[in-house]
Amino acid sequence: MSKPFTTETQRHGGFRLLNVFVFLCALCVSVVNTGFAKDAAPLAEDEAVEQRLNVIAEELRCLVCQNESLAGSRADLAQDLRREVRKLIKDGKTDAEVREFMVSRYGDFILYRPPVKSTTWLLWGGPFLLLGAGITALIVYLRRRGRTVAQAGAEHLSIEEQKRAAALLAEEDKK
Amino acid sequence: MNRFLLPLAAFLVLVGFLAVGLNLNPREVPSPLVGKPAPAFELPQLAATDKRFAPKDMQGKVWLLNVWASWCVSCRQEHPLLVELGKTGIVPIVGLNYKDQRADGLGWLRRHGDPYLLSAFDLDGRVGIDYGVYGVPETYVIDKAGTIRYKQIGPVTPEALEQKILPLVKELQR
Repeated sequence: MSKPFTTETQRHGGFRLLNVFVFLCALCVSVVNTGFAKDAAPLAEDEAVEQRLNVIAEELRCLVCQNESLAGSRADLAQDLRREVRKLIKDGKTDAEVREFMVSRYGDFILYRPPVKSTTWLLWGGPFLLLGAGITALIVYLRRRGRTVAQAGAEHLSIEEQKRAAALLAEEDKK
Repeated sequence: MNRFLLPLAAFLVLVGFLAVGLNLNPREVPSPLVGKPAPAFELPQLAATDKRFAPKDMQGKVWLLNVWASWCVSCRQEHPLLVELGKTGIVPIVGLNYKDQRADGLGWLRRHGDPYLLSAFDLDGRVGIDYGVYGVPETYVIDKAGTIRYKQIGPVTPEALEQKILPLVKELQR
């Protein structure tokens, strides 16, 4: 490409424009920054509260979008409930009391980790029952098979066959 | 033969469980509030701004508490039914106008009819949380002593009204 044909004044004009552009960019960034800072202020103020809120809300189900936790959901109700939890924490309630607040209103379903009680023992114990049944079935099967294999070995190999087997094994040993 | 029967039986049991599971509605979460006293509150009324409403105002009566909002689409589905019920005068219906703007709520009632004895105005949804509301509309049947006896989640259907709500109301009114 040929050298750009520019005069000194044009060049200066370019610099001036560039300066203005940089200044505007900086202005934009600073404006955006203050915007963010305003939104984030309550977070920074009560970091301890927010951390506890997140730990508790992570374990609670959002009832509007049921596969989302209360911490992750953007549903209106989730925002309201987070606000309630925040208030309860500021009132000095323990985590268990906050969970109790939720359960008394929405039931055990709001807990991702259901409590162990008479109606849920099958839920908690079921996998272990199945595991036990599986292990028992495996042991019974193995024992039965062991017995049949032993019997088959003893009954079905004739003397001729036993000789051949011994010969094959001896050949294997030589290699 | 026997070794095919066992897997077949196991398979059928599994199919049975899945069939039941698929026919359950995950949206219908049984409320722990049924059988418990209706949570107390005091809210301004929607229409008469200077008056307030508390559940104890209804003591001695069987009544329905219907949670509704002008922004709620399914509320329109059940509303004609409630308007009809309101006309019969069988049971008083109190509305809980949930997270709504006053003008929107009043306009909605003007357009679709007002079956309510009155509506309480729950602007920030705090009372809704106490009642375990998670999907509007919801309807509670509350007995003379102020105990919640039944909760309808989602719109009141003609079947739910005929088979559950009205028989229960009649029984409780005796």
